[in-house]
Order: sequence, then C-alpha cells, then structure tokens
Amino acid sequence: MTVAEQAPPAGLTARLRTAAGLAPAGPYYFFFRHKALVRIAHWINALCLAILLMSGLNIFNAHPALYWGNTSDFRHPLLMLGAYQDDAGQVTRGVTQIGHREINTTGVLGASRFQGELVSRGFPSWATLPGGSWLAMARLWHFAFAWLFVINALVFFFYGLANGHFIRDILPTRANIAHLGKEILDHARLRFPHGEEARRYNGLQKIAYSAVIFVLGPLIVLTGLSMSPTMDAAFPLLPALFGGRQAARTIHFLCAFSFFAFFIIHIAMVVLSGTWNNLRSMITGWYVIKGARHD
Amino acid sequence: MTDPRRFLGRRKFLGHGLAGLGTLFLSGCYDLSEKPWFTGILGEVENLTRTVQHIFARPHTLAREFTKADIAPVFRANGTLDPGTADYNAHVQSGFRDWRITVSGLVERPVSLSLDDIRGLPQRTQITRHDCVEGWSCIGEWSGPQLALILAAARPKANARYAVFYCADPMTAEGDPDHRYYESLSLTEAMHPQTILAHRMNGAPLQVQHGAPVRLRCERQLGYKHAKYVERIVLVDSFAGINGGKGGYWEDQGYSWYAGI
Repeated sequence: MTVAEQAPPAGLTARLRTAAGLAPAGPYYFFFRHKALVRIAHWINALCLAILLMSGLNIFNAHPALYWGNTSDFRHPLLMLGAYQDDAGQVTRGVTQIGHREINTTGVLGASRFQGELVSRGFPSWATLPGGSWLAMARLWHFAFAWLFVINALVFFFYGLANGHFIRDILPTRANIAHLGKEILDHARLRFPHGEEARRYNGLQKIAYSAVIFVLGPLIVLTGLSMSPTMDAAFPLLPALFGGRQAARTIHFLCAFSFFAFFIIHIAMVVLSGTWNNLRSMITGWYVIKGARHD
Repeated sequence: MTDPRRFLGRRKFLGHGLAGLGTLFLSGCYDLSEKPWFTGILGEVENLTRTVQHIFARPHTLAREFTKADIAPVFRANGTLDPGTADYNAHVQSGFRDWRITVSGLVERPVSLSLDDIRGLPQRTQITRHDCVEGWSCIGEWSGPQLALILAAARPKANARYAVFYCADPMTAEGDPDHRYYESLSLTEAMHPQTILAHRMNGAPLQVQHGAPVRLRCERQLGYKHAKYVERIVLVDSFAGINGGKGGYWEDQGYSWYAGI
C-alpha cells in the first residue's frame, strides 16, 4: 500500500463514473493500494482455495469420520457423518455425530439428495468437486491445485519478505495492539475506517491476515503432507508433531474450515466496507479515498 | 419518478452475479473432470509429486515402525474379503498346502515358491501404519521375507522396471479370471527393505479377509498397493497390454499409479 506518485486516472471512465453518480460526492482521490503481484497472487489463491476446499470435501466423503492419534479407532470417532437406512435399504436420515452426540442433519450432512434421491454422503453434492462421489478424480484436482497453492504462496511469501510488504502492511504494530479494543467496538458497530485511515490495514485486518498467512497456510500444507505415507517415511517427525496421521487429518480438516470462516468474514467485510471500491482495488490496484489528499 | 424497486438492488445484483459465477465455475469444473486432455494434465502432476517426494524419501528410507502397544484393536479389512472361487476355497481347505508364488517375466531364473519355502526364508517383522486411500489408518504387525531376497534369487534382467503382482481375487461378480486384482510397484519400491511378502499378521497366520496366504506389504504406499492373495509376480518393462494398461486394478479405474500420497 504505497502512496502512488502517479496522478489519479482522470480519463473517460472516471468522468463517466462521476456523471453516473458512482463516484463519491465531494472530494476524493484514487490511491494505488495493491501491486500487481499481490493482486495476481490473491486471485490465484482464491481459485486454489475454492477448488481445494471442494475437492477436499469429496475426498473426505470417502471416509467421513475424524479421529485422533495414529490409528483410526472406528468405535470412537471425534466426528462422523452417517446415514440411517430402512429395511429396504432406502436412506431415511442423515446424522452428524460429534463425540457421543448425534444431530439430525438430513439433507445437508450424512444424507443428501443426489440426482433426486436421498443418498448416504458426508457433504452434499453441491459442496464437493466433482459433484458425485469420485475419490480418484477429487484427488487429482486436490493435488494439482495444492501445488499451485504452494507455489503461489511461496512467491507471495518471498515477495512480501523482500519488499517489506509484511513489515509495512501486514504484521500488526504495537499501536495496532494498543487500539485493538476500540477497533473491535468499531467493527461490531460496522464503522470502518475511511478517509486517510483507510489507506492502511487496521489492527483487526492485520491480525486476521497474519494468522492466515503465517499460521493457517503453513499448518494446512504441513498437515496435508503428514497424510502422505512417503513423506512420513522421509520426515517421521511430521505426523508425530501433530499427534499422529489421523490427528493431522483432523487438524487439516479444521484448518480447511478456518479458511472457510475467514472467507465468509472476508466477503462480509468487503461488502460492508464498499464492495466496488474493494473489488476495483484488488483488480486494478486503485482504491478511492474520500476527502482531500494530505500528502 | 422511477420506482427504485424496478431495479435490482446493488447487493442483490452482486449476490446474483456471484451465485451465477459460482454455478458457472462448478459446471465448468464438472465438465473438465470428463475431458481427457484436462485430467491428463492433472495426472501429469502425479509425476511431479513422485519426483519431488523421492528427493526426500531415498530408496532405503524406512517408514516409521511402531511398538506392540500401538497395534490397532480392530484392523479394518477392505477390498476383497474372500475371493470365494472354487480354487481358492480348495486352498483354504488344504491350509494352502499347494499354494505357490511364482516370479517370472524379465528375470534370468524364474522362481516358484511354496508357503514352506516362504516361511523358510529369513523373516522380517514390522509394526507399521496402513493408510487407506479413503483416509483411515490402522497399525498392524506383519511378518514375511523381504521381496528383495526373492527377486535377487530370480535375477532381474537389466530392462526390468516394474514388478506386477497378480492376485487370486476376482473383481467381477461372475468371477471372470481375466478380471482379477493386480497391482504393481517400481523395482526400487519392490526392493525396499520394508517391502515383504507377509504371511503372518499380529503374530498369527494371515486371515482370509486380510489376504491369506500371502499379501504384499509396501509401507511407503497407500493401502491399494498392498495386494492380497498374491499368486504371481511378473517383472516387466511397461504396463502396455496388461489389462487396462495403467499398472493396477484401481489404476485402471482412474486412481494414481503413484500411491505415496
């Protein structure tokens, strides 16, 4: 988020936008917010996460249960998505079992409609890639896009280190931490920074982005690798670090849903703090700041 | 005055737009899953994964071995639980007295072993974690001779690249002998110290549901590589002309030949 030297684009588009009332009333200026590499990495990452999550859910459906440790204790799963059948073999009910508790989740988890019929499947067809139960194909998608995800992340990581993006824009400062209470209140009231303050990320944003980049990202890759028997031979400490292969699989699953939770909050914040301005800045780099320029 | 309700609200428009894009994206992904050119590219990634993993996992890098206390109380049996053919049932009746395992193909000296021969070779016992492609794991103890010993006795020819394992379990309801389980390993993985022909499990003779009398154990690979009911081992230089040509029963159904991940 460096301050651009260029004058804001004042071409035909900008004039049309002002005429159409899309530009804010009163003084405003364009601020160059995201460099090209960050923008490209962002969208590659978005594509990868969508495909990885959905193909991951299809893979999970091959054995929709989670365990702790190295071995699967089939009698005591931490979580299991299952279905009940009647005497004729017709699926009647889908359930989510957490510990010893069973919750009826018919239609979404455990049993859902596929091609018109209620069938036994962990996650529903609309959430998985491919839509049908197809473990072999889901694995092909998952591993191919895992490579793209990791390569993209490494490029972003070394770029962020080398040009100071992490230090300057992402890592929370002491002042951020000090003002955290006020920021949480502001966010809860849906009051977002504007004007000059919108030129940098606020403390909550920095904490969220840091957690995703430096904790969640590495964790999901390492727990993913822990599930590979060949990688485990090469690095026996890897699954042990997470409490065993099945524990690593459980953590991998939790990481995936943490990514999903981040995605939902991220989209909500984008919409609440100005959909088009945010979208434009992540596509073209330019972000509109209301008020007069002070630099 | 224009009624503002006649226009789609901005948020609604965005919502519809995103839902539309999502649907387009999904149907695009589903379509691509059916396109051989695309799945071919996805499949190529398998070679990248294998190459990179083998930078770290050298030919003799061992899978972790566990202790007796780690052995799973229930070891799930998967795939074929009983071949059930007349031939196989007769073998079960006679305690596998006449069962033979042969090594042929690209070898200097074909080998044929009885179960007594297998038991008479130096044995390796290992407590290892079995990882199914579906996602679950079970720890068990396996005993048998190293495959490397048997292959060395057969003296592989220089052009031998893969060991193909032919099994007794039919994979069609009709029991068609042309559609039996088979699997394959690279010669490197076949010669790995933990690749054994296991005839004992958890201190007892191998049960029918786990592949009696002999199953393959290759501890750096997913479960589908661990062929049960092994009858014949054939060394080859390519999979061309062998069933679906992909090197294994599940591979012919679209699963990756490289099962290290």
